[in-house]
Amino acid sequence: MSAQEAPIIRFDKVNKWYASNGYHVLRDINLDFAKGEKVVICGPSGSGKSTLIRCVNALEEYQEGQLTVDGTVVGDDLKGIDRVRREVGMVFQQFNLFPHLTVLENLILSPTWVARMPRNEAIDKAMAQLERVRIAEHAHKYPLQLSGGQQQRVAIARALCLKPKIMLFDEPTSALDPEMIKEVLDVMIGLADQGMTMLCVTHEMGFAKAVADRVIFMDQGQVVEQNTPEEFFNHPQNERSQDFLSKILGH
Amino acid sequence: MSSTNSSQFQPITARPMPGRRTGIVAWLRANLFSGPINSLMTLATVALLAWSLSHAFDWAVARAVFGAQLEACNNARGLGACWGVIAEKGRLIVMGRYPDTEHWRPVIATALMLLVVGASCMPRFWNRWLPLAWLVMLAVYFTLMKGGMLGLTEVPTDQWGGLPLTVMLTVISMTLAFPLSIFVALGRRSTMPAIRTICTLYVELIRGVPLITVLFMASFMLPLFMPHGVTIDVLIRVIVGITLFSAAYMAEVVRGGLQALPKGQTEAAATLGLTYWQTQRKIVLPQALAMVVPSLMNTFIGMFKDTSLVTIVSLYELTGALSLALNSDADWRPFKIEAYLFITLIYFVFCFAMSRYSLWVEARTAVSKVR
Repeated sequence: MSAQEAPIIRFDKVNKWYASNGYHVLRDINLDFAKGEKVVICGPSGSGKSTLIRCVNALEEYQEGQLTVDGTVVGDDLKGIDRVRREVGMVFQQFNLFPHLTVLENLILSPTWVARMPRNEAIDKAMAQLERVRIAEHAHKYPLQLSGGQQQRVAIARALCLKPKIMLFDEPTSALDPEMIKEVLDVMIGLADQGMTMLCVTHEMGFAKAVADRVIFMDQGQVVEQNTPEEFFNHPQNERSQDFLSKILGH
Repeated sequence: MSSTNSSQFQPITARPMPGRRTGIVAWLRANLFSGPINSLMTLATVALLAWSLSHAFDWAVARAVFGAQLEACNNARGLGACWGVIAEKGRLIVMGRYPDTEHWRPVIATALMLLVVGASCMPRFWNRWLPLAWLVMLAVYFTLMKGGMLGLTEVPTDQWGGLPLTVMLTVISMTLAFPLSIFVALGRRSTMPAIRTICTLYVELIRGVPLITVLFMASFMLPLFMPHGVTIDVLIRVIVGITLFSAAYMAEVVRGGLQALPKGQTEAAATLGLTYWQTQRKIVLPQALAMVVPSLMNTFIGMFKDTSLVTIVSLYELTGALSLALNSDADWRPFKIEAYLFITLIYFVFCFAMSRYSLWVEARTAVSKVR
């Protein structure tokens, strides 16, 4: 991390309450993410880690503080939200592919409709992305004809078609059968090697150790601890992170 | 477990399901003659069936009068059907009050309308010419039907009737109500309170009253609120009434489909930068509408038959034209049942075609979902 360069994502005292029940889900979040940084966010269920990354591309609103993504304040301004969403790609736990469109149609949808790219050019670029996640031969199948691991790789390729500067991963391997986790992690590692800024909510500690520059541990809506993977896994400072690690690594 | 050597997994070609070992006799014995009571009931049912079918055949075919001979019909009354009533009054029933020298006009106009509707049902015609085809069809339709130009005598709209009127009311109202219902359904889920309230009020108000009331209001009360001298054609008022009425019902059907779509679909669309309308058009509606095809078709079929209610505002569509044709002629009035069977068949042909189309759409949209 170069200290002089401005962070690409900055959370400044961000607070969020759920509109439905008033639950205080994010408390005074102060975080900076540098360009090209790979960060793994972990923590127990309900700790606010998914909500945190969903704020980055405005899938969730926040009530207090300020969140800046690549120079744009994420807030009420819809144009700003559009701008941010063009630069931020997201991969979901449940893939969220469009089941009524083929794999290729899933990929070219946004380039042709949002970026107004000519269809042939969009197809070429989409096929290149599919090659990269090694799924080009399934381009004309429908998502539900693929395995979970293949679907998630398509989802990653779809997010990459917009050439995002930042990728958000919300538990990308949690809905997968064990033997398919590796193929998705391999794609993510390849992406990390190319210098993509990545925020990953995941419990894949092997991935965190191999790729992450920093691990952030959250509990009850707060950032409890953050450190390099080696330090975090070997010498957790906080009681709650020690407890969490003993639970997920204890078997 | 004998895993002697781990050879390559060899798939086995599909084997048939084990066949049923029971033949027809065994099936009969098991299901129809398993005991004395069961056997008795089977025999009684068969006897009843044979008796009523033979009577039906007797009435409908053997003793029926097929020509338009009033005397023969009167002699056969109570014993055989008088299909002569259709030969005699069929044209009046199908065409209503439309002047009988001009019947070629509704025939051509309706055939053209059905042709364009039929083409619109087939994806291979979904291109930019289709809206143009609709415009041309509507222009030709109303020119032919209304006349008053190009040497055609004018036929006022209150004289349109029979099957052409039924078809036209259904086609126009359906074409207007379907898009309206989509906007209302989206509006009910809008984040904007004013839009949500208006759409909810509309649906609840319209669903709270019978169609007859809506038609009655459109026909008799609306003119009272109009400035003096301004009149809206009764046909337009009726079309607006049916459209508003069915759109309210369809909106709820569409909303059901919208509710069933997982939230992740719109979230994924949002992260890809799609606007609200792009998301609805490309992601939400194709999936939501595919889910509600059976209920939508239910509403369409209901609407087709509900057009018969326009008789109360003195428009004589198929059902109304039948009453008109027979009530005005005391000689043929006794043979209403035969005439009703005739229009039943017409209604059935249309409704059956619609439900077959619905099944085809279901099968087509299912392609993307099956493994």
